[in-house]
Amino acid sequence: MSSIGTGYDLSVTTFSPDGRVFQIEYAAKALDNSGTVVGIKCKDGIVMGVEKLIQSKMMLPGSNRRIHSVHRHSGMAVAGLAADGRQIVARAKSEATNYESTYGEPIPVKELAERVASYVHLCTLYWWLRPFGCGVILGGYDRDGPQLYMVEPSGISYRYFGAAIGKGKQAAKTEIEKLNLSEMTCREGVIEVAKIIYKVHDEAKDKAFELELSWICEESKKEHQKSKALSAIMVNFVCSLVNSERWWYGVCTMDDGKDPEVIVVPSDLLEAAKTAATTALEEMDAD
Amino acid sequence: MEKINVDAPHSMGTTIIGVTYNGGVVLGADSRTSTGVYVANRASDKITKLTDNVYICRSGSAADSQVLSDYVRYFLHQHTIQLDQPATVKVAANLARLLSYNNKDMLQTGLIVGGWSKHEGGKIFGIPLGGTIIEQPFAIGGSGSSYLYGFFDQAWKEGMTKEEAEALVVKAVSLAIARDGASGGVVRTVTIDKDGPERKFYPGDKLQLWHEEMEPQNSLLDIWSGATAASPEPMRE
Repeated sequence: MSSIGTGYDLSVTTFSPDGRVFQIEYAAKALDNSGTVVGIKCKDGIVMGVEKLIQSKMMLPGSNRRIHSVHRHSGMAVAGLAADGRQIVARAKSEATNYESTYGEPIPVKELAERVASYVHLCTLYWWLRPFGCGVILGGYDRDGPQLYMVEPSGISYRYFGAAIGKGKQAAKTEIEKLNLSEMTCREGVIEVAKIIYKVHDEAKDKAFELELSWICEESKKEHQKSKALSAIMVNFVCSLVNSERWWYGVCTMDDGKDPEVIVVPSDLLEAAKTAATTALEEMDAD
Repeated sequence: MEKINVDAPHSMGTTIIGVTYNGGVVLGADSRTSTGVYVANRASDKITKLTDNVYICRSGSAADSQVLSDYVRYFLHQHTIQLDQPATVKVAANLARLLSYNNKDMLQTGLIVGGWSKHEGGKIFGIPLGGTIIEQPFAIGGSGSSYLYGFFDQAWKEGMTKEEAEALVVKAVSLAIARDGASGGVVRTVTIDKDGPERKFYPGDKLQLWHEEMEPQNSLLDIWSGATAASPEPMRE
């Protein structure tokens, strides 16, 4: 699919005859190798999820976070080169605190997205800098309600109802389009995002992965809350109970003001939930 | 007879007031700008517009407060364009206090920022000399305000109507003018609510007279020009 630049792709300051900057397009390719990142805007907030592919079993569960809090009211999920992502997050944090120092109020999400996008774009203008090899899904809750933005390596930023980047982005986008987001609450959204991530995960190519989730909604008091135990324990939970059947068990236990926890559910409830989910999966397969 | 230094820095002795009411704010001020004991401007406008929905009352050094207001107006204008919405009173006040605080060794201004925004309703912020910012249901400032602390303690109440708030502000400025030599002239008010700002003007000689204040006497100018009908008998040896 990829067209060879043949000479016009050596520098980010060179245009090709048909008006493309190849280096930026190549930077976008870096995203396609990374785990899927999904974000949706529900009725009352934002939910983001990341399929974090695990390189080695030696890695501590919960390390190498892909979802970061930028400010109390906003968070960022990163796809692509992780180190590049750290830079962008650092910049976003700095912009957010700077804005609050000057204007006395938390940075509007639209403004934050514009500043992040400008910064990413800046690095595509000079020959002595390379473009960022990562895309970012930015979710926040301000005076105008919940908003979701996506910033690409080219510096383009748009506002979305639902967005996905990474390996399984096509499949994920298809799944998101099936959802009725305007009626969905964030509690339901968390389950849907988890479902989508599990669905687009390619068992054959990539073995182990961790699911990272975060939300900002009325329930979380409009503050960005990340899953901690949810990621590692959830995967273990699933693997131990399900014998590699691909289904999920969404435990929505994000309590007010605390980090989300996984509650070990009584076994009869577990059975009931398992049946329901398996049925749902069969219905999906039957389509 | 000591010489009057007309080149002394213009200072606004001043009385400035900002009061919230049910649905907006009322800002009020006197109109005297003095250089030493000389009144450089007896009809100055100390309530300055920052945006359509936020105004600022200025006291202290006239030059300092004017320049500071200009800066704040400039930053607010850019902020409004970027935000695509009217600015909040909080942001305006914050910008003003950052300038006031960071330049505290050079500036001498006491400010009251007041206005109305969709998200906050009516808000008043006091920014005294050092660059503190404090949100208050009402604020008073300037040299004349010393005489108003007790008055407001007694007369202020929560949830007034627009008419009550305006009457309170005019009465207060008028009382301060009566006692403070550095305040005088006319009373200006600006009332800001969801429908925008509204300016009112109260001439100095139409204000109520307080304790020991006298009716205006015929001035010699009036007598000599024949302006008054019943002129008193000129004095004889």
